[in-house]
Amino acid sequence: MKEEVKQDTKQEVISKEYTTLNLGPTHPATHGIFQNVLKMDGEIVVDTEQTIGYIHRAFEKLAERRPYGQITPIVDRLNYCSSPLNNMGWHMTVEKLAGIKLPKRVEYLRIIIMELARISDHIICNSVIGVDSGAMTGFLYIFQFREHIYDIYEELCGARMNTNIGRIGGLERDFNQAAWLKIEKLLKELPRGLKEFEALLVRNRIFMDRTINCGPISAELALAYSFTGPNLRAAGVDYDVRVMNPYSSYEEFDFIIPVGTHGDTYDRFMVREQEMWESIKIIQQAMEKLDKLEDKTSYYAPDVPDFYLPQKGDVYTKMEALIYHFKIIMGETAAPKGEVYHCVEGGNGELGYYLVSDGGRTPYRLHMRRPCFIYYQGYPDMIKGAYLSDAILTMSSMNVIAGELDA
Amino acid sequence: MFQTIEADELEKMLKEHFGEKIISVEKLNDVSVAEISVDAIKNVIIWLKENGFTFLTTCNGIHYPDSPKTFGMVYHLHDWKRNLRIRLKTFTHHDPPHFPTITDVWPAANWMEREAYDFFGFHFDGHPHLKRILNEDSMVGWPLRKEYPLEDQARFDKDDKMFGR
Repeated sequence: MKEEVKQDTKQEVISKEYTTLNLGPTHPATHGIFQNVLKMDGEIVVDTEQTIGYIHRAFEKLAERRPYGQITPIVDRLNYCSSPLNNMGWHMTVEKLAGIKLPKRVEYLRIIIMELARISDHIICNSVIGVDSGAMTGFLYIFQFREHIYDIYEELCGARMNTNIGRIGGLERDFNQAAWLKIEKLLKELPRGLKEFEALLVRNRIFMDRTINCGPISAELALAYSFTGPNLRAAGVDYDVRVMNPYSSYEEFDFIIPVGTHGDTYDRFMVREQEMWESIKIIQQAMEKLDKLEDKTSYYAPDVPDFYLPQKGDVYTKMEALIYHFKIIMGETAAPKGEVYHCVEGGNGELGYYLVSDGGRTPYRLHMRRPCFIYYQGYPDMIKGAYLSDAILTMSSMNVIAGELDA
Repeated sequence: MFQTIEADELEKMLKEHFGEKIISVEKLNDVSVAEISVDAIKNVIIWLKENGFTFLTTCNGIHYPDSPKTFGMVYHLHDWKRNLRIRLKTFTHHDPPHFPTITDVWPAANWMEREAYDFFGFHFDGHPHLKRILNEDSMVGWPLRKEYPLEDQARFDKDDKMFGR
């Protein structure tokens, strides 16, 4: 590509050529399958064209042919760093459509699961910011806590990564003793680990020089691009679904929404870091609230046999449970006619499900509002005029997850 | 539960400015939903943006093959100051369907509209870069339309001699 640039008023003409650089589709620095065709002026990014869709799996179409309970494993694969958040969002959407009310205890248990997922999501993003700016140590160190959180998932649902945790109308089983012990152990050890991680990076001169003013975005532009989640809060807007439209009893909890000022990589890092501390606070509050509750056993809504899978023991011994088990497994429960939109604060922002039901056994239409897909559009504006290495750091600090981007 | 403008209040507000272009307003579950004729949808969105609904949550296509309102676009708007959510719908029966683009109102609509083009074949007049986004460029057809059925798990017309299903 040749462009003639006027150097000064003396009309000297210097011919100038831009370089085209393919970053991706697979590149070790992009942590996923993204392609960016960069137009480079030396080492400076002039423009980029993004290509997405490399791992598109047609979730919205698949959902139109699946019973409601079988869509949960699909939504696992959206943001696979925090599957439980996607699962809970989906359960709540169907519960809203069917008008299912949950016992308080289930809501608190769900909050514990969701906040654990948020911590594990932010651990990945923040430690990867460290890796991309050259600090491998923090990554290797803090990642063990993600492993501990996955151990907790394993106690709760048997799976680690694609969790399929919870059911429509509750949780599939109560937290067992081992899970509680692991959660308590995590709450004791994580603050120490986080502090050490922060000691490595937060006031580190090299890290600060590297990340401050790297990939900034103004609040106005972020709003125009419909940013949500930590990326928007880093730009200084305190929008959080947990506060604006509380779900699952979040209104009873006391926590702070951290905000940044410049919307640069450092702010995004700090907002996520602070959110992990807030999540720890929320989990502690949820455990205190659970202690105070009189109800110590319920883990599902008792009055929705059409949606909530009965216990396996009951299926073998009780006729009614057997019938409902068969109906749910074969996808023979019809949801009421109507349409709902429900959203939760996912790891990356407002994760919404727009569900249209025609009264059938599967959704008529399911649209997923994936925060990544929407805010990744702002990426070219954030890296224009920056160095290539800053472009890579900006992408990892935006926490673009290929699964959520491509659905 | 979301807060929303009550349906009759929204209807009064919109009818005052747009008259018969507002086809119906109703409350579905916890959000008021307004149906607007396709030639006025953009003006309504711009007017609503000036009057508080500054955030575009998302927008998506929908297809009802058996209805005269065949192809639809659904816009989810959010007023953060008053914390109100509303939903706008607009329908057309022409094929290929044409809708006005709102990329100049919110740049965020760019990929959302490209997604609707990719999956439903909706054309957005004035869109700067309307091409497929998640599917491959050379693909034929509009996958989320109902005339492309997925395999039904309970179907009986399947010949599965080879696989013994």
